Amino acid sequence: MTTTTTPPADRVDVSAKPRRVRTGSVIGSTGLYVATGIAAILFLIPFYLIVRNALMTDPEITGEEWKWFPTDIQWGNFSEPFDDPSVDFARSLWNSAVVGVLHTVGTLLVCSLAGYGLARIPYKHANKVFYVVLGTLMVPTAVTFVPSFVLVSSLGWVDTYRGLIIPGLFSGFTCFLFRQYFLGFPKELEEAARMDGLGYLGAYWRVVVPNSLNFFAAMATITFISGWNSFLWPLVIGQDPSAWTVQVALSNYTTGQTVNFHLIFMATAISILPLVFVFLFLQRWLVQGIAQTGIKG
Amino acid sequence: MSTITKDGVSNPAPAKAAPAKPRRGLRGSPTFNFWLFTGPFLIGLAIFVYLPILWSFYLSFFEARFTVTPSEFIGLDNYVLMLTDEDFMGSLGTFTVFAAIIVPLTWATSLGLALMVNRLRFMRAFFRSVFFLPTAVSYVAASLVWKMSIFNGVRFGMANTFLNMFGIDNTAWLANPDPPWYWLVIVTVRLWLQAGFYMILFIAALQNIPQELYEAAAIDGAKPGWQTFWHITLPQLRATSTAVILLLLVAAYQAFDEFFNLLAKTTWGRPPLMELYYKALGDNQDYGAGSAGALILTVLICLVTLLQGKFMGFGRGEESK
Repeated sequence: MTTTTTPPADRVDVSAKPRRVRTGSVIGSTGLYVATGIAAILFLIPFYLIVRNALMTDPEITGEEWKWFPTDIQWGNFSEPFDDPSVDFARSLWNSAVVGVLHTVGTLLVCSLAGYGLARIPYKHANKVFYVVLGTLMVPTAVTFVPSFVLVSSLGWVDTYRGLIIPGLFSGFTCFLFRQYFLGFPKELEEAARMDGLGYLGAYWRVVVPNSLNFFAAMATITFISGWNSFLWPLVIGQDPSAWTVQVALSNYTTGQTVNFHLIFMATAISILPLVFVFLFLQRWLVQGIAQTGIKG
Repeated sequence: MSTITKDGVSNPAPAKAAPAKPRRGLRGSPTFNFWLFTGPFLIGLAIFVYLPILWSFYLSFFEARFTVTPSEFIGLDNYVLMLTDEDFMGSLGTFTVFAAIIVPLTWATSLGLALMVNRLRFMRAFFRSVFFLPTAVSYVAASLVWKMSIFNGVRFGMANTFLNMFGIDNTAWLANPDPPWYWLVIVTVRLWLQAGFYMILFIAALQNIPQELYEAAAIDGAKPGWQTFWHITLPQLRATSTAVILLLLVAAYQAFDEFFNLLAKTTWGRPPLMELYYKALGDNQDYGAGSAGALILTVLICLVTLLQGKFMGFGRGEESK
């Protein structure tokens, strides 16, 4: 099992101790911490506001005097988005969970296979195929979203999970990142597996994938975050409220007639919570994955 | 050792045979396997990316309202329509202003954060996480906080509460295009969301700078601080900076979510993607004009990318070290 965690040679360890050039003065170092601390507080304020508003009453939020802390924490607010009849919030969370998970699994499967094929299987036209993939990186969303909507609606996929998930699986960028990664994967491991009688698929599944779990975890985290947070496509496809993802549901609060502050912010807090958990638990991989892929991308 | 020899003897096939050689006909052939691995992805790419692009190109030459199987060929009329459309051209202006502000600002902020975090001796991981955490938040959620809590136009908005303390009257941040305070809202929300992500790229790049360069500079009498930053750090970050700026530019060009949620009912401050959304999927469902607009945008971004490559030497970053 030790081999499964062996990082590729070009992995950048972002968490490593900084290589310091000189020993800063005490004043300089204090100043650095003060500046970093102020920046950190500014970055945390929006998170704090979400929690604060979610646990206050509306009169307290809109009151004459600004309050940093609720006088009386309203834990009961937690259930309000779920009781609100105007938006089926529970349903939208479920839709997002289904879409997020299937989007991630599907993208990793399709894109990692293609990336491996492009990087490692000798085929004389492989480069031409690679250009076909690269070409899509130049094409912005603006060009594809209208005709994609037209295509998906003529397939009858509006308001379905298929429509929400399938068109997004074929990411040229993810495929490209997997190819770059597999180019740096040690060849010896696969060659040994192939000598032992495994086919390409067998070697891929039983040797390459288990030894690349770090990278897969990083890509899974990035893919899940972007899937959970995506807005334009679910907005276009989710025409019926039963097909709304949580982002579309949240967006609907801003255009609603009555503004129910604590409800909106509780819903926002709930929508962020799963990602903050994913984020904190998988951060090490996430940071490494971004550091490793971003430089080349 | 003995088992290997035994295997070699019992198996007539020479053990030294090239591993890539097909052993079981079709299933072992690299060509077959290449298509097996890339096939599903390429079919999806053809259907969901290339087919829509071609369809879009086709639609742009037709009168296509409420229909995707148009019959009336109108040549370049859709292009003329879009290029003379005030709203569409205005959206290009919006994008230009937005990109001109957000790209350098995010570049400087993320680089600044990276330099700060990289110099910390303890609590590095903590501060890095704090700056990185907004990456997990969606544009929709962040827009809600910005619109309803921080930049709310009434007295209980955080910004207005703060300004009231200095006797400044309430500002309608989003409800009024003159003065254009909405830019402050639009720009800060994106800056908060994306700075941490690019900070990670810069931290990684900073740690790849050979330490010897700084030592050599110190021997040559360079003062730590601005001098080493200007003559060593910045040139060494050139490749990453170029990539970051390109990514930021493409991201700015795709801007939709925060504009849609912050300026939903206004007529000002619409970026191109939002303009196309209303044009093609709004009341008129004008797919022809929408497609023409999309293609105009594509040509523009390709031009910008090429120009940037020319000026900043994209792809030549490695050699310039």
